Amino acid sequence: MRTKTLKQAPLERAKNFFEVALSLPEEQAIKEAGRCLQCKNSPCIKGCPVEIDIPAFIKLIKEKRRKEALGKIKEKNNLPAICGRVCPQEDQCEAACVLNKKKIPINIGALERFAADYELNQPSAIPCLPAGRSFQQLAKILKKQEKVAVVGSGPAGLTCAADLAKMGYRVELFESLHLAGGVLVYGIPEFRLPKKIVGNEVEYIRSLGVKIRTDILIGNTYTIEELFKDGFQAIFVAVGAGLPQFLGIAGENLGRVYSANEFLTRVNLMKAYKFPEYATPINIGNKVAVIGGGNVAFDCARAALRLGKDVSLVYRRSEKEMPARIEELENAKEEGVIFRILTQPVRIIPDQEGFVKALECIKMELGEPDQSGRRRPVPVKDSNFILDVDTVIVAIGQNPSPLLPKVTPNLKTNKYGTIWVDDNFMTSLPGVFAGGDITTGADTVISAMGAGKKAARSINKYIEEKR
Amino acid sequence: MYKIIEKKELNQEVTEIIVESPLIASKAKAGQFVVSILDDTGERIPLTLADWDRDLGRITLILQKVGFTTKRLAALKAGDDIEHILGPLGHPTEIENLGEVYCVGGGVGIAEVYPVSRAFKDAGNRVVGIIGARSKDLLILEKKMKDVCDELLITTDDGSYGHKGFVTDVLKDFLEVIEKSTQTKYPALVYAIGPVVMMQAVSELTKVYGVKTIVSLNPVMVDATGMCGSCRCTVDGKTVFGCVDGPDFDGHKVDFKELEKRLKLFVTQERKVK
Repeated sequence: MRTKTLKQAPLERAKNFFEVALSLPEEQAIKEAGRCLQCKNSPCIKGCPVEIDIPAFIKLIKEKRRKEALGKIKEKNNLPAICGRVCPQEDQCEAACVLNKKKIPINIGALERFAADYELNQPSAIPCLPAGRSFQQLAKILKKQEKVAVVGSGPAGLTCAADLAKMGYRVELFESLHLAGGVLVYGIPEFRLPKKIVGNEVEYIRSLGVKIRTDILIGNTYTIEELFKDGFQAIFVAVGAGLPQFLGIAGENLGRVYSANEFLTRVNLMKAYKFPEYATPINIGNKVAVIGGGNVAFDCARAALRLGKDVSLVYRRSEKEMPARIEELENAKEEGVIFRILTQPVRIIPDQEGFVKALECIKMELGEPDQSGRRRPVPVKDSNFILDVDTVIVAIGQNPSPLLPKVTPNLKTNKYGTIWVDDNFMTSLPGVFAGGDITTGADTVISAMGAGKKAARSINKYIEEKR
Repeated sequence: MYKIIEKKELNQEVTEIIVESPLIASKAKAGQFVVSILDDTGERIPLTLADWDRDLGRITLILQKVGFTTKRLAALKAGDDIEHILGPLGHPTEIENLGEVYCVGGGVGIAEVYPVSRAFKDAGNRVVGIIGARSKDLLILEKKMKDVCDELLITTDDGSYGHKGFVTDVLKDFLEVIEKSTQTKYPALVYAIGPVVMMQAVSELTKVYGVKTIVSLNPVMVDATGMCGSCRCTVDGKTVFGCVDGPDFDGHKVDFKELEKRLKLFVTQERKVK
């Protein structure tokens, strides 16, 4: 039998911000690792965007060599504690697992996390290094003279910076917020990804020699041109999907209407859930509607729930079409989020002070499949109704951040504002590379990491050819 | 870490701090702002870049002690550190030689109208400054404004200094005279910054005379880099982000009423930490 991920009890966890999923106890991890067939052709590796040698690290866990298992993962993956928690393994490595044919794939996510959490319990602050590497060896390879700038410290930027540092480059990582981590610190909530974990992983990347510089907005504080003048040989732009989308309905600028980004940034990055110990407030009423059906919408809904509110998730298609991970749907349901499917907001009704008083919606039904292959929602005539809510969180997606392209001449963008790159992640400006959500539009943490990894290889090649 | 070099109480409500920040000082332009975070538990608040010294690598911030965070900032002393300052942010004010520009500042808004006035002056404009405060002891930067304006008019609500009344009263007098006279022309631009009601009053007034008016908006912000949308305002019927689309906007097209309401969003919460 597949070992299930342990979780805090639903009604308990719905009241706190502690992590929902728990680390596997050692004997269970070893048992789960023992189920791995150690396939010669390892389909799971092909399912992993960062190409972790999955059978090898699982074997090490089985042999009770947990630290070495972590070192094995770190050969390819710079952020294992994060990936073990937030990767959609069911679509990747676990989908490719041979045992998935019998619907009992190895719980690779839980095992990766088990290996990564080894460090959490160590008294020493010295992080575990990739297998076969010591700090002395790392210091020896740090002989390249070239400097590379990485812009944005989310998953793509952290990965690229770490890989370049491991290749021996002098890397500076620029972040506009006051903390490194990007979406990992402002977006994904504490109960899904504790900030201490992110902090540890960032420290690991710092220990590889990456210089992290927060409070710097590239484009404003420094321009791309100035980075080149400063001696950087190449630049990797990983500034992410930033600009929140709104519905375009009446009342969206009322008080207590938030974009998912604002709500999550206040709650996660600024810790508004600990207000007033932390100075950033959040004004949220008692009945919250979250609009959307993706992972971000679920993060908002579950965070609002933990602030003690009644939460409805309003989605225009049916549950089947929701883009969020099934695990998220299950978690949210167990915790008490009310699903209002086939429902489309029409307008937000104000009270006299300019706050949300209610949300007018219309019922939808599913028609023919659209371009995305999902059945298109169509309004049901005369089915408008009023949803009694006092707070609305709009979580329907983000556009790429327009800031850097706007101030960087000749940086070509695509139709929807993403930065254009060639097959090697190079933009229209020689030496400027880009990857992650800024080139693809909003996507997962792991796909951004995959892009960061590949871009690091391209940057290495570019610099070597120039030498 | 950003060290406070100097601190001055401009009056009982307003504090000026000079902070070491060579990078921001080297880039700062009139009309831009920074975001500061005092420490790990602090909030991100936008502050106007009131002045900068590129040679010494210092920036000047002027804060009105209105909320929890501004009070905490104002309580810092020379030698203390502010943990984080991000900037310069927002589009700089568009500065050209237009001929004549009126720069109108109310209250702590004078802190921003000063660098803008100076930039217009440096670009060759004739600059008329109109600045106001509730009373004489609350008026800031009078001397600095005098240095960069060809003509400076002062108003106080209580009449304790300068003209008794609001900045809009003086502005109205000017515009009325110009309307009746054949020898004078309307200014090419009115630039206004201050409380929302003041910017609204200025814009409504200049609209009557068809004088182009730019206002600098001060909505609530969190990241201030276009990510959260906390600062969204309605201009010309469209939603814009104050932080990256602004902070300067056409005063005749701004929905001031909405801005006023959005500024009150966290009032109840803020009372809890005072």
